[in-house]
Amino acid sequence: MKFPNSDYHMMEIEDADTTKILANAAKQRDERRFQDFLIVDADCHHYETESLKEIIDFIEDPVLKQRAKLETQTGTGVITSILPGRAGMQNLSGRITRYSLRKAEKTDTGNGRRAAQLTLRSMNAMGVDYCCLFPTPMVSLGLHPEPEMENQFSWAYNRWLTEVLLPSEPRIKAMPYLPFNDPEATYRTVKEFGHRKGVVGFLMVTVRYKPVYDNAFMKTYSLIEEMGKPLAFHAAYNWADRMFSTTNKFIVAHAFGFFIFNALACANWVVNGLPERFPKLKLIWIESGLAWIPWLMQRLDNEYKMRSSECPALKRLPSEYMREMFYTTQPMELPEDLSVLESTFKMVNAETQLLWASDYPHWDMDLPSKIYDLPILSEQAKRNILGENARRVFGLGVDDRAAQGAPVNGPAASVR
Amino acid sequence: MTYTELFVSTSAALKDGERKIIPFGETEIAVYRMDGKLYGYENLCPHQGGPACEGLTMPKVEEVLAPDKTFERHRFNYDEWHIVCPWHGWEYKLKTGEYVVNRKFRLKAFEVIERGGNIYVLATEKQPQRLSVPTEASQSSGRK
Repeated sequence: MKFPNSDYHMMEIEDADTTKILANAAKQRDERRFQDFLIVDADCHHYETESLKEIIDFIEDPVLKQRAKLETQTGTGVITSILPGRAGMQNLSGRITRYSLRKAEKTDTGNGRRAAQLTLRSMNAMGVDYCCLFPTPMVSLGLHPEPEMENQFSWAYNRWLTEVLLPSEPRIKAMPYLPFNDPEATYRTVKEFGHRKGVVGFLMVTVRYKPVYDNAFMKTYSLIEEMGKPLAFHAAYNWADRMFSTTNKFIVAHAFGFFIFNALACANWVVNGLPERFPKLKLIWIESGLAWIPWLMQRLDNEYKMRSSECPALKRLPSEYMREMFYTTQPMELPEDLSVLESTFKMVNAETQLLWASDYPHWDMDLPSKIYDLPILSEQAKRNILGENARRVFGLGVDDRAAQGAPVNGPAASVR
Repeated sequence: MTYTELFVSTSAALKDGERKIIPFGETEIAVYRMDGKLYGYENLCPHQGGPACEGLTMPKVEEVLAPDKTFERHRFNYDEWHIVCPWHGWEYKLKTGEYVVNRKFRLKAFEVIERGGNIYVLATEKQPQRLSVPTEASQSSGRK
């Protein structure tokens, strides 16, 4: 079966290949000499549904495991009882062709190889040395009506991640998924997986109905703070949320959804004084872009100045706490007037707090050039945002990079 | 000005509505035939450098309103085709190369001729040494 781009590149659907899809990214990588400095992708994704059979093997509850297994073997393939589906059209009605092509791309199978190989192909094309890999459909797992399914599936995923995928690929790092609807299970997850190889933090998806200030989470925050690893709040959208019942456009559900849940969690975190309770706990806000940060800083500061009695734990302005948090760039807004972005960078202390992220393979992904080509950043600032800040917050050793020799991120590096 | 003629295909091999991509130095040129005319563009998106011409060619989507301004539906306008970059969905008018959202951005155009049953691109450079279109980030107004 032929695909529209099949004439020169001769890519038929059966020959779909991330390396070909990202051939121009590889040209950018070489032109800009990305091999000369460290690049860390703080947020890219795989589709855990592609490794579902492997993951389900780790489900410990025999009843849920039987149900999950059955759904991978028979029936319509609509996996509604494991991962909740969401209305939406991330592939822009087929215009973002890598969505259609992905299923056909060939890799080895079993032992996490598909996830690893697809990820390494995109990393190599972009010139990325290390990445932090996140799941995709699981970002909706916090909306599952059965809390035990979030617990059981995330536990299985975390085991597969840390026992199968991460040990085999030193360039791929990840964060265990926290089943945040269950505070005790969240605590157990941190204890069990926090010290495992390749774990660089903890993932909390904010699209859910459990507040971050719940007292039940305090011992978990203490434990994470003690471990010295970051707690990462990953955004998502939920068009089915009552808040979005008055929009008929995916663009609105997505543009709002991907920052509003994070913004709400961030505001709750700050005004409840959690930065004072856990001053050494590093927070990362992922996949919300950047424009919401100055907005929230200004909104909270303005109201706090009048309502400080409502937030007695705070000793500083809300924006001052937010300025000490970390943020990933993608999907980075690029205003016509770059002085707007320059102001945002200044407000978030971009040189030390900003982490570049691709979000690949999702539709609004950013390449490293999105940062590297900006005329408003110094060379050092670019390098910090593209890699050095992530190295610091993730506590990354980069021996693997040096060990591979130059160019570490060449076309075939580390793809097996 | 001297031109380099690049063979694209035979006339018969490029039917109306079809597209052919050819290599040109470090970059590529896509030639489209649409409504009997030929159009040539560099296969490079000025947004983030994606292979714009490898994506779908789709008709413009328009909104249809009733006389009382109530919404009726969306429809395809088959008189205006768009080249859609497969990386992020930036859309360009096939007959001008203009980015539909902001005319500041456009696909780099090449002249295309048809002669003696063959199609050629006329290029003023022999072999471009690098991708010739900067990204949106580098073109934004700023300083440093």
